Amino acid sequence: MELFRIKNDIPFMSYGRLTTTISLVTFILAVFFLATRGLNYGVDFTGGTVMEVNYPQSANIDNIRQAVDSIGLKDATVQNFGTSHDVLIRLPIKKGMSIAQLSEKVSSALKAADPQADVRRVESVGSQVGEELYENGGLALLLVCLGIMAYLAIRFEWRFAVAAIIANMHDVVIILGFFAFFQWEFNLTVLAAILAVLGYSVNESVVVFDRVRENFRKMRKANAVQVIDNAITRTMSRTVITHLMTQTMVGSMLLFGGEVLHNFALALTIGILFGIYSSVLVACPIAMWLGVNRANLIGDVEKKPTDASAEVAP
Amino acid sequence: MNRYPLWKYILIAIVILIGLLYTIPNFFGESPAVQVSPAKSTLKSDNALLQKVENTLQLASIPFNGIYLDATGVKVRLANPEDQIKAKDKLNASLGKDYTIALNLLSQTPNWLLAIGAKPMYLGLDLRGGVHFLLQVDMKAALDKAAESSVGDFRTALRKEKINYFGISREGQLVVVKFDNAAEANKALRILSKDYPDLTYAVTGSGKDLSLTANMGLASQKRTQEFALKQNLQTLHNRINELGVAEPIVQQQGFDRIVVQLPGVQDTAKAKEILGRTATLEIRLVDEEKTDFATMEKASNGQVPFGDELYKDRSGRPILVKKSVVLTGDRITDAGPGVDGQNGSSVVNVTLDGRGAGIFKNVTRDNVGKRMAILLIEKGNTEVITAPVINEEIGGGRVQISGMANAQEATDISLLLRAGALAAPMEIIEERTVGPSMGEENIKRGVHSTLWGFAAIAVMMVIYYMAFGGVSVLALGVNLLLLVAILSMLQATLTLPGLAAIALALGMAIDANVLINERIREELRNGNTPQASISEGYKNAWHTIVDSNVTTLIAGLALFMFGTGPIKGFAVVHVLGILTSMFSAVLVSRAIVNLVYGYRRKIEKLAIGQIYKA
Repeated sequence: MELFRIKNDIPFMSYGRLTTTISLVTFILAVFFLATRGLNYGVDFTGGTVMEVNYPQSANIDNIRQAVDSIGLKDATVQNFGTSHDVLIRLPIKKGMSIAQLSEKVSSALKAADPQADVRRVESVGSQVGEELYENGGLALLLVCLGIMAYLAIRFEWRFAVAAIIANMHDVVIILGFFAFFQWEFNLTVLAAILAVLGYSVNESVVVFDRVRENFRKMRKANAVQVIDNAITRTMSRTVITHLMTQTMVGSMLLFGGEVLHNFALALTIGILFGIYSSVLVACPIAMWLGVNRANLIGDVEKKPTDASAEVAP
Repeated sequence: MNRYPLWKYILIAIVILIGLLYTIPNFFGESPAVQVSPAKSTLKSDNALLQKVENTLQLASIPFNGIYLDATGVKVRLANPEDQIKAKDKLNASLGKDYTIALNLLSQTPNWLLAIGAKPMYLGLDLRGGVHFLLQVDMKAALDKAAESSVGDFRTALRKEKINYFGISREGQLVVVKFDNAAEANKALRILSKDYPDLTYAVTGSGKDLSLTANMGLASQKRTQEFALKQNLQTLHNRINELGVAEPIVQQQGFDRIVVQLPGVQDTAKAKEILGRTATLEIRLVDEEKTDFATMEKASNGQVPFGDELYKDRSGRPILVKKSVVLTGDRITDAGPGVDGQNGSSVVNVTLDGRGAGIFKNVTRDNVGKRMAILLIEKGNTEVITAPVINEEIGGGRVQISGMANAQEATDISLLLRAGALAAPMEIIEERTVGPSMGEENIKRGVHSTLWGFAAIAVMMVIYYMAFGGVSVLALGVNLLLLVAILSMLQATLTLPGLAAIALALGMAIDANVLINERIREELRNGNTPQASISEGYKNAWHTIVDSNVTTLIAGLALFMFGTGPIKGFAVVHVLGILTSMFSAVLVSRAIVNLVYGYRRKIEKLAIGQIYKA
C-alpha cells in the first residue's frame, strides 16, 4: 500500500506566507488565552491536596461534600471522574494546618460518613515544592532549547537552529494555549510531555533539514525554494506515517492510561498534530527567509553529486 | 552488499539472548514472604539468625518454600498469605524484641537467574502502592540549637576557669557573654577561643556594655547543618525500623530535605505520626529551691523566676525546670523497658554515650536528692515525661528511670528515647499515597497502553510496508525487550510515567524504521536494483536517524537533570529507549533484512508494498 503518489513537488514555500500567518494567528490566540484564562495548575505546582476515593456503589457527591464541609474545608472541590464510583477531591493549602494533618482529617471524615470509602491515592504538596517546580520546569525548558539549538547550529547551520526553535517553541505555546482554553489541569506529567514533544518535533524538522542539505548537494541547478519544496515533498510520506504510528501509541494511552496519563497523552496529541505542521510549514519558511542557501550549508567546497540519477530534479 | 559478517549476527543474537534472560524475571510473579532484619546496628544478619528463623518456623510447623540470607536480613518465602501472617506473628513473638519483622513479596524468579543478577524491575510506589514523604529539615532551628548548646558549654568553661561574667545568652545565632571589666573579658576570649576554635569571637563595647560575642563561621554552620541532616536521617531510619516496613527508602535530597518511601504501607496515619513526631528530648534539673506554693502560684500567673521555665508533667501538675540543659536526646544510645528488681515497678533502662555518661556522672554527684526532669519537646509543646529523684551518683552511663505508670508506658517512652531525637524539627512538605489496588490498576493501565499501541502499530506497519513492515515490527519487539532488560538490570525504579515512557519510546522508535523503509522505496522508485536499494536506503537513513535521536536525547537529559520523582523515572526510560531503538531499528532490522534478502542471487522485487513510479 502506498498513500502518497506525488508526481511533482508541491510548492510549499509559495504558501509560506499563508502557513506562517495561520501559525501566527494560532500563536496569538494561545498567548491570549494564556494571558486571560491562565493555566489551571495542578497541585504539583500550586501546592494542595488531591484525593482519589473509590466507593463500592455509586458515590454520593453531596454527602461527600457535606463530610468535607463539616471539618471546615469549604474550599474543597468534589467531583466524579472516570466512573460514578470514583471521586476526586481537591483541597487548597490551608494556613495553620500541615498537609499531613489535612489529608488525615479528610480521610477520617470520609470514613465516618461512609465506612466503605477507600482512599486510593493521596497527593499532597507543600507550597515551597510547587515554587521550585516552576523554576526547575522553566530551567529545563531553557536548557532543552539551548541544547537543541547548539546541536543544530553545529550539525547544520545557525539559521536552521533558529528556525527549528521558533517552530517548536510555537508548538509549546500552542499546547499551553489549549490547556488554558479548556482549563485542563497542568501538572508534572504534562510538563514532561511538553519537553518530550519539544525533542520529538525538533526531530521532525531535522529530518526535513537533513533532506534540504542533501538536496543542495544533489540538485545543483535548483534554487533554495525548489530544494526545500522537494525536500518536504519527498519526506511527506515518512512524516505522515511516523506521526500516525506515534499518535497510535499515544491514542492507546488516552484509551487505556486512566486519569494519571490522560492529560499527558492529551498534551502529546496536540504536540504531535501541531508538530507536523510547524516543523515543516513554519520552520522551513523561516529558514528560507533567514537566507539558507547552498554556500552557507555545505560550504564552499562543493562536492560532486554522488548519484547521477538524483541530479534530475523533478 | 547486504551481508553482515558472521560476528555481527552472533553479536546481535547474544544481545537478544541477554535481553531475554534479563527480561523473563518480570514474568514469574511474586510470592508472599516474611523478612527478618536486625533492628539494632550491633546485631548482624548471619547464619545464626537464619538458623533461629528456621527453627522458629519448624517449631510452629509453618511450611516454607525457601529461606535466604542477604545483606539486609533473612527472607522466608511462604506458600500463601495465611502462612505469611502466621509466620510473622510467630517470628515477632520469638525475635520481635531485637529484630524487625516485616511482610514482603519475593520474586519467584528461579535461582539460576538470580545468580546472574536477573531480577524483575523495581516498581515505584505508584505501581506497588505505598507512601512517599518529602520532609524539610528546619535548618535555622538546627543552628539555633547549636548556639544554645554553645551557651551551656561556655557557661561550664567560664565557671571552671573562675572567670566572672555578668550574663550569658543567645541572640539569634550569636552567643553573647557580658562582662564588667576588660581583663576578665580578654581572659575569657583567650580560653574560649582555645577550647572552641570553630567560632569567631569579638569583644565590643566598654564599661557596662562590654561584651564578648561568638559567631559560628560559615564552615562551622555548614558542618552543623550537615550533621543535623545526617542525624535526622539516622533517627528516621531507626523510627521506620520500628514500623516494620520491608524495603524502606530514606534518602537525602538536596541539602535540607529527606525523602522517605514506605512501600506497601497502608496505615498512613501511623506512618505520619511516627515520622512527623518532631520530638526532641532534654534532661534538665528541677529547680528545687523554688517549689514553695507562693512561687508556684506566681509562676503559674506568668511570673516565672529568672533562669527557670514552667512546664507541666503528665498529670498536669506544674513544675519549674532550670533553663540550662544537662543532656539532649542525642547522647542516648539505647533504651529499653524493664522491671525494677526491688519493687517490681516498670522502669526504663537508658544507656548514654561516653560524653553523656561523663556529664551525667558529674551532674548526679552534685545533685543527689534533687529531681531531674526528662522533657519531651514535640511540635512546640514541652512536656515533662518524668522527673525522678536522683538517689546517688550515677556513673558508667547506665541510667534507670523509675516512675512509669505501667509496662506499656515504659515501652512507649523507651521507644521514644531509642528512636533518638531529631537534631532539628522537620515538616512533611509532600505526601503521595497510593493504595495497593490502585498500584495494580496502574500497572494494568501502563501495560495495556503499551501492548494495544504496539499491536495497532504492528498491524499498520505490516499492511503498509508488507515484509519490511514485519521486519520493523520485529525490530520494535527487540527494542521493547532490550528496554525492559536494561531497566531490570539497572534496577531502576519503574513508575507509571516510566511505563508511559516505554510506550512513547516505542511510538517514537518506529520513526527510524519508517525512515529506512521510505528511503528504500525511494531508491526503488529511482530505478535502483533491489539489493542496491536496501543498501542505499539504510545508508541514507542512518544520518537522519542519528540527528533526530540526538535532539530527542537532549530533551530527555534535561528532564533527567531537573525532574524529581516520577518525572525522573520518565526521563530515564525515555533516554534508554532512544539508545536501544538506535540498536534495534538499525542493526537488528538490517540483520533480518540481510538474512532474508542478502543471500539470494536474484531478486525481482522487494516485499515493501506498492510503489508508484514517478
